[in-house]
Amino acid sequence: MNRTARLCSAAAAAVLGLAIVGLVVGDYPVPARSAIATAVWDRGGEFDFVINSLRFPRVTVAVLAGVCLAASGLLFQTLIDNPLVSPDIIGIDTGAAAVAVAILAIGLDARLLPYAAFAGALATAVLIFTLSWRRGFSGGRLVLVGIGINALLSAVITYMLVRFPVERVSAAARWQAGTLSASSWDDARTLAVALVVLLPVAFLLVRRLRIMQLGNDTAIALGMRLEQNRMAVIATGCGLAAIVVAVVGPLGFVALLVPHVARSLAGALTVGVLLLTALLGSVMLLSADLVAQRLFAPTVLPAGVVTAAMGGPYLLLVLRRFNRAV
Amino acid sequence: MKFSAVKFSAVRIGPRTFRHHTLALPIALTLLLAVLVLSLRYGALRIDTGTVWNAVWDYDRSDHRQIVVRELRLPRTVIGVLAGACFAVAGALTQGVTRNPLGAPGILGVNAGAAFAVVTAIYTAGITSPAGYVWFAFIGALGATVLVYAVASAGSGGATPVKLALAGAIISALLGSWTAAVLLLDLETLDQARFWLAGSISGRGTEEAALLLPIIAVALLAALFMGRQVNALSLGEEVATGLGQRTSIVRAAAGACVVALAGSAVALAGPVAFIGLAVPHIVRSVVGPDYRWIILYSALLGPCLLLGADIIGRVVVSPSELQVGIVSAALGAPFLIYLVRSMKLAEL
Repeated sequence: MNRTARLCSAAAAAVLGLAIVGLVVGDYPVPARSAIATAVWDRGGEFDFVINSLRFPRVTVAVLAGVCLAASGLLFQTLIDNPLVSPDIIGIDTGAAAVAVAILAIGLDARLLPYAAFAGALATAVLIFTLSWRRGFSGGRLVLVGIGINALLSAVITYMLVRFPVERVSAAARWQAGTLSASSWDDARTLAVALVVLLPVAFLLVRRLRIMQLGNDTAIALGMRLEQNRMAVIATGCGLAAIVVAVVGPLGFVALLVPHVARSLAGALTVGVLLLTALLGSVMLLSADLVAQRLFAPTVLPAGVVTAAMGGPYLLLVLRRFNRAV
Repeated sequence: MKFSAVKFSAVRIGPRTFRHHTLALPIALTLLLAVLVLSLRYGALRIDTGTVWNAVWDYDRSDHRQIVVRELRLPRTVIGVLAGACFAVAGALTQGVTRNPLGAPGILGVNAGAAFAVVTAIYTAGITSPAGYVWFAFIGALGATVLVYAVASAGSGGATPVKLALAGAIISALLGSWTAAVLLLDLETLDQARFWLAGSISGRGTEEAALLLPIIAVALLAALFMGRQVNALSLGEEVATGLGQRTSIVRAAAGACVVALAGSAVALAGPVAFIGLAVPHIVRSVVGPDYRWIILYSALLGPCLLLGADIIGRVVVSPSELQVGIVSAALGAPFLIYLVRSMKLAEL
């Protein structure tokens, strides 16, 4: 068994372990054995509501959303060849958030929210891509245009926060921080469907990304259709990020951070590294969710706040190391 | 003409460019005056120029329109002028010293630092008046800038443009998420802070401006006299050293000016983005790459842009208002995208 496979097994074990901890730990005490039994083979009974309506869906959503975010971050970072890029930095999340905040602040039907947020994220991605297209594609331009769009959309959100009464605004602000605590089986199902479609595509794209990493000229010489493949990578990455924003809300720093950890453990992009990244995404989100639930219990923090608090300091370390290397 | 300016910028400018630049001076001053008058005249209540004139020079308390001008619009305009000049000059210095076309106070994390400090102050110390925010905003901006610079200068080569921009973006994101966390903990803080966070020059007293005026005056004067040194640095570290400059001293002095100016501006107007980015570029496209002129004209045109954005914010949704931070982002983001699109690939 090679190093990546060992790491993947360890990460998978960590996901399983954290998921079980997530089922057991909470305000309402449930013995570990009953928790697992209720979740897996012995449905119904005393703990059915706590486990199967509250904790199990939440844990499942954390696992799936972690996979989506981390995979999307890895695709973007490899494509643009910059370790400090992720869909949330270039404004995809903000696009979804702007639409979602509008719905919450104006007081429209909250059931529209996931669809509208998804549409917002995709529209933003298309806008960024179109505006950064000028006689060909450039990763740097994509990032900078994305930062501009991000600022513009943040201003739109600020406007809505100032314009509407504070009660509705507070719901919007809470959504914006990204929270897992209200997750349902519907959310998990939506994420699972998206993963079934997009994750195989991501794995198929790994080989092409490896060729693209050799540089434009080499890739073209090897017979690659650069633009089509780039668009496929961007569409897949955006889709993965957008579905999470739509279901859970913007969870910062997961997409930015996890690919770093995976690469520093297992090296350059391979199918194994993508798998490891996906698993580590789940690990990060599960542990962030546990911290969010328990740190100030019974007050529950939004998971997005915890991922940012975890991610920020680590990123500073990455940055210092990156700086030394440059 | 631009070519000659490039050639001589580190040594001296030719007589033709000098005349050209001094000719632009009355134009810039006229523009500034026009914006000042518009800022005093327009708002929910439109007031004619004669009344404005009287309110400033011959104040009559019994006329409610004069009270509006004197008590509301005059302080707002003064703060707009100061903050605009500070943002723009800080941006010009940053762009010159870091040689980064996207250099601006926002890139150094100034806005995020000030926002974090103010929100924390409202939450923990229960400070409610904008006058109380001033020093927290200033210190927050200062702390963030120093942190960004410290992180960026780790490793070999010091704080290069790329490292500086990345450090600033990430520290801004980090501080932003902590600010969001505090805002979520407490509804009252959110209600208090959201107006400050939008960036606004209305409802702020002149006392705050008076507190910061000494700092602003010293930093602006120092910046105006720093043009020669910035010119040399903008040609590159090696060239500047070759011309006999002690670059570390100039960098430190310029850095101190940027921190003082950007910190004051954020303390006065709240987190207003893009003024510091856009003004130096607009100025450079007119007067060329000589930083002696860029800094001077930035100080004159910064207020025009900031007050212009403020006036637009007052007029478009009248009788309500859009905060100046929102308008300047709405105008500035397209400008940033235009700038990025017009840059050559190698410059990215």
